[in-house]
Amino acid sequence: MKTFKGYERADGSVGIRNYVAVLPSVACANGVVAAIARAVPEAVPMYHGHGCGRGGADLEIHQRTLVNLAKNPNVAAVLVVGLGCEVLRAEGLALGISLSKKPVEYFYIQNEGGSRKAAAKGIEIARRMLADAAKQERVEFPISEIRLGLECGGSDAFSGVTANPAVGLAADWLVSEGGTVILTETTEMIGTSHILERRAKDAAIARSINERITAQEKRTHEILGPLASYVIAPGNMDGGMSSIREKSLGCIIKAGNTTINQVLNYAEVPSEKGLVVMDGPGYDTESMTGVAAAGCQAMIFTTGRGNPIGYPMVPVIKVASTSQLYEKMEDDMDVNAGRVLEGRLLREVGDEVKDLLVRVLNGEKTKAEVNQQDGILCIYTTNPAF
Amino acid sequence: MNPNVVIIHEKDNVAIALEDIASGGSASLPGGGTLTAKGDIPYSHKIAIADLKAGDEIVKYGEIIGTAKEPIRRGEWVHTHNLEIRD
Repeated sequence: MKTFKGYERADGSVGIRNYVAVLPSVACANGVVAAIARAVPEAVPMYHGHGCGRGGADLEIHQRTLVNLAKNPNVAAVLVVGLGCEVLRAEGLALGISLSKKPVEYFYIQNEGGSRKAAAKGIEIARRMLADAAKQERVEFPISEIRLGLECGGSDAFSGVTANPAVGLAADWLVSEGGTVILTETTEMIGTSHILERRAKDAAIARSINERITAQEKRTHEILGPLASYVIAPGNMDGGMSSIREKSLGCIIKAGNTTINQVLNYAEVPSEKGLVVMDGPGYDTESMTGVAAAGCQAMIFTTGRGNPIGYPMVPVIKVASTSQLYEKMEDDMDVNAGRVLEGRLLREVGDEVKDLLVRVLNGEKTKAEVNQQDGILCIYTTNPAF
Repeated sequence: MNPNVVIIHEKDNVAIALEDIASGGSASLPGGGTLTAKGDIPYSHKIAIADLKAGDEIVKYGEIIGTAKEPIRRGEWVHTHNLEIRD
């Protein structure tokens, strides 16, 4: 049984990093969160643009996303900074996060007497949380505790030939070890419904896969109109793709070929292990938030054009589809799957991905971590703000 | 000689050309073996690595990507002219 050394959390999950997160409940609190992060650079600011001005489905999505992100096993403790008049109350977020039994505190800027006083209070809390977190040591756990999120962004003609199939082999390996792999980006599943349905564990999961892909295809047409054909139709037949299905298979092969055990809503935490499908947009940064909120401790991101983005709290492994890209952006790329084009076997590159993943689980930094490619949390929305 | 095609999954009956392979040219398979191209195979296109009967499933990524419209011989180009989607 393969193992790794991680940080045990009170809810039984296992982190591969040991962060203290500072979460604004609303965009208006980002400034105070930034002041705290400047004074306490080890704390992770979770900047985002939401928390107010929305209702209905989006409110529910944003509440779930922020709570589940803070519950990610890589986070040891959380400080929630609220404004005081927002819709997504800091208190409510803190209550949701506390169900994971990890330390969580909150306050409101309006109650503390403004941004300077609020920042001073936040700095004191963050320092205390960091000191407590630093006492925790890594201990050995089976690799079945790992949830891995998959992404592809800035794909090229080789993503489906080199990087994605190599990552698929690593995904199959993690599933065989009892771990969890999350495949998302419903847009990139268009045309593969029959195939994914056949791989579903039962009829209900097969039906759900069909519904999600059909709905996403419809939504893509509604949003883009005639332009939808560039996204979902075989615009690249000259490149050798004989159908939209074949093109989409090149995307979903990064999740390997195992049985699909569950279908999740965006930012929902799976209750099953093995391969799980999350309904979500094809937009990389929003999609990464979805899988981080699902509790993925690590992500693998394949890229052809060269996307450097990482994620706050979650190490992101970059797999380049060609040697040309790898050499051009070596500071951002962790693995060169382009070697397949030079005679290296897919299995060998798959092993390279797997071995790096295990080292990252044990603490080795990815290029995105070294470059502090954290960015802000981009969160999926279904409607404009009011 | 380095392989000039990639086979993505062990169940696949097509490989992907990593360069233009002219008719009569040699496709060198990963892990050894060669086959002769029966027709031009453009770069990044599919070449059959097994003989297929009309109606046989065409497999890439370990999944069915279509059905052979007509008999396809090992070494032939596989694309929309001889592959159809049935389901």
